[in-house]
Amino acid sequence: MRLTCTVNGTTRQVDDVWEGESLLYVLRERMGLPGSKNACEQGECGSCTVYLDDVPVCACLVAAGQAEGREIGTVEGLAPPGELHPVQEAFLEAGAVQCGFCTPGLLVATDDLVSRSLAEGRTPTDPEIREALAGNLCRCTGYEKILDAVRLAADRMAGDARQPGGTR
Amino acid sequence: MSAPTRTPAGAPSAVGGPGGRIGDDARRPDGVLKVRGEFAYGSDLWMDDMLWGVTLRSPHPYARIRSIDVGPALAVPGVHAVLTSDDVPGEKVYGLELADQPVLAFDVVRYQGEPVALVAADHPDTARRAAARIVVDYDVWEPVTDARVALGHPTWNQVHDSPAEVTELSRESADLHPHGNLVRHLKVRRGAPAPTADVVVVGEYEVGMQDQAFLGPESGLAVPGEDGGVDLYVATQWLHVDQRQICAALALPPERVRLTLAGVGGAFGGREDLSMHVHACLLALHTGKPVKMSYNREESFFGHVHRHPATMRYEHGATRDGDLVYVKAEIYFDGGAYASSTPAVVGNGGTMGIGPYVVPNVHVDCYGAYTNNPPCGAMRGFGSVQTAFAYEAQMDALAAELGMDPVELRCRNAMEQGSTTPTGQVVDSPAPVVELLRRLEAMPMPPAVPTGDDVDLRDMPGGVSNTTHGEGVRRGVGYAVAYKNVAFSEGFDDYSTARVRLEVVGGEAVATVHTAAAEVGQGLVTVEQQIARTELGVEQVVVHPKDTAVGSAGSTSASRQTYVTGGAVKAACEAVRGQVLELAQRGVGRPVADLRLDGGKVVSDVEGIALPLADVLGEEVVEETVEWRHRPTESIDPETGQGFAHVQYAFSAHRAVVDVDVELGLVKVVEMACTQDVGKAINPQAVIGQIQGGTAQGLGLAVMEEILVRDGRVQNPSFTDYLIPTVLDMPPMRVEILEYADPHAPYGLRGVGEAPNISSGPAVLAAIRQATGLPLTRVPVRPEHVTGT
Repeated sequence: MRLTCTVNGTTRQVDDVWEGESLLYVLRERMGLPGSKNACEQGECGSCTVYLDDVPVCACLVAAGQAEGREIGTVEGLAPPGELHPVQEAFLEAGAVQCGFCTPGLLVATDDLVSRSLAEGRTPTDPEIREALAGNLCRCTGYEKILDAVRLAADRMAGDARQPGGTR
Repeated sequence: MSAPTRTPAGAPSAVGGPGGRIGDDARRPDGVLKVRGEFAYGSDLWMDDMLWGVTLRSPHPYARIRSIDVGPALAVPGVHAVLTSDDVPGEKVYGLELADQPVLAFDVVRYQGEPVALVAADHPDTARRAAARIVVDYDVWEPVTDARVALGHPTWNQVHDSPAEVTELSRESADLHPHGNLVRHLKVRRGAPAPTADVVVVGEYEVGMQDQAFLGPESGLAVPGEDGGVDLYVATQWLHVDQRQICAALALPPERVRLTLAGVGGAFGGREDLSMHVHACLLALHTGKPVKMSYNREESFFGHVHRHPATMRYEHGATRDGDLVYVKAEIYFDGGAYASSTPAVVGNGGTMGIGPYVVPNVHVDCYGAYTNNPPCGAMRGFGSVQTAFAYEAQMDALAAELGMDPVELRCRNAMEQGSTTPTGQVVDSPAPVVELLRRLEAMPMPPAVPTGDDVDLRDMPGGVSNTTHGEGVRRGVGYAVAYKNVAFSEGFDDYSTARVRLEVVGGEAVATVHTAAAEVGQGLVTVEQQIARTELGVEQVVVHPKDTAVGSAGSTSASRQTYVTGGAVKAACEAVRGQVLELAQRGVGRPVADLRLDGGKVVSDVEGIALPLADVLGEEVVEETVEWRHRPTESIDPETGQGFAHVQYAFSAHRAVVDVDVELGLVKVVEMACTQDVGKAINPQAVIGQIQGGTAQGLGLAVMEEILVRDGRVQNPSFTDYLIPTVLDMPPMRVEILEYADPHAPYGLRGVGEAPNISSGPAVLAAIRQATGLPLTRVPVRPEHVTGT
């Protein structure tokens, strides 16, 4: 089948998609976007978390056909080329990246959490962070530095939002 | 053949930022790529005309193969090759320490999931559907699933004096391998043969099978070369030991089997053994096309070895005052169907099996056995994790029997520098066991169990499942301390190779570090840069892609790479520096006193000289390759276990605080605290990351992680059924790092990664025992163990 959708702001069209393929497979193997990771194919690990019309989902659980006409956002689209999103920068600064396989999914989930909190004019509490990231497994870090990174990113993005012209 | 369009070449070689010397929180050189989703893991590799390889695995734990018919699979459109053991041109068996594992099964399959045949096709699902059409005719046998039964001693030897007669195995298939079912029996005999003591505590313990559960599945891409050889890009832990085994299987010389490390999504021991390595190469050489293989999660559970399950019996004798008089231990590791690294795991289990304590009389028997369970081998903590659950439970039981505080008992018997281990080895560097425990005791405690109307369910065992508002919830606190060898032991020639080059690029001196040491997430690439910056006084350090074009670095295992490859990089930098200083003095025209490299300059404070390094080097390219070894260890005496077996020990201790809903058996770990001596923290942030991550894996084994095996069959090969800690399961952590230099090690450092994985689980168990008053001798603890239902 033919699939047309918007990925990271660009309209993409791919042909010969087998009906059994997941959105994750199409992103990774047909669109050249391997940033979203395949670690369980069951929606348990969150490594493939992407935005589907602004809602974070496990791309492994979305059939390719369900993405028809929708807007997809992946880790590759978080920041413009050559730049880092504050969440990406915070993960590096806090030491939240070891093997990094969980990182793309965590970045999308964190961006979603922090954005939602900031829209309510606040930063997320620790219990909220834990709840929001409970679907993203990490085997390397024990999560402490991931929590550090989320707090750091939230504080920075809150600061940016208060700046005149702050957009992120 | 052109290079893959997405390969790790160039990926991990990013240039680090400013700063980042020894002792700094330097950033990872691969970090930016990782947060952008641009880092090329093994599963991300891709070539235009590549095929996908899949594996057909045995559904039976033990069976004879009568016949294999690949015809129906070959007939599927899109299939390019179907291979069996007959297509393996070289050695048909391989192994890390003992070549006993078939590349593809022939005659007999010995575990469920053993690879039997391979398919290459143009789409992964085509390959999978074709593999399902291969017809294998099996004569199914009854599996041997108990290590002690496999060895012929279903009762405890040390109690019953000799192995009992075994009748249930008196049949054709009783022995899994021609050399029998015993992989290794290690004996430690020290002091009196039959000691007695005032107080004796006996316990029997069991530890379940843990999985490494790295997130990045086994993956790689094999590309056939024009010379009849093959280039393999693969996520692994030791490129050169892979190369040796692949060469044997393919009957090719090393120069025609070239390996490059693909991005590795975690390892923890699970990538020490071969997985898809030979398979992808076979398919690539057979089809003449690049072949990618990437396991899914279910296949990953069958595609790598696990942590050995163990059954253990311990007997501790002490004086009324609490001085340990003797320890007797009998330890059984279930190695599963093939040896993997079981001999070395037995080595660790036996030599360090009584913990970091001074005991005059020690009698240990440690066995590794073949069974038809999944093969077991390396996992972080390597033979020391299982025994720590037993010896620390024993210390608590002994303290209770003596009416002593458990920490006091530990401190009273703690190993220190100058102590003699049960293997007769004098501990010749700091061993701050007492200080680790005392510092833990001094740390503040978390708030008491929440009560009343303002209880936040998220703080309760069971969480938002709303299982309790504090009713039936008991608080417990537990301590544990552990030690483990760093680097390879028992006389192994344990070395690493580093090539360091210094040259002027774009007007600036740039160092390039080339080693084959696998970066698996731990941050060795950062450490390599930090060492080169420190030793050569330059900012720009390129980490060359990891490959077999340089000599072996040894395994990324045993907490050894910062020590051994770090030592090699330091030595190579020193050799380069020596040459550069000579160049500088030639330029000056005379010997210069106190000359060193700093801030991109050749400096002598004494003589007031500061020459830009770029000027000194000019067109010169200074390159040195160094093979570096830690001081040698010795094999141990086969009858007594005595010998200088280990080059260095790492020590860590944990305090766990838990809340247990004793009515439902639900456990919430409230806080973990860890103290660890790291000798010298080369990168403090990364060191803390290792401690936190290791603690999480220990907590996981304590309360949730187990591969359930019934009649040789895995019951839970998925992340739905095999649970690893989430961010909701992991509590806040306190970490204190001690830095007592080991005078024998580079920079005084101590390997970091494994020790915290060993002491955390036993501390959690101790805390749950304190909360419940139950003995809890089996790990992981499940709700029914607490409720007795």
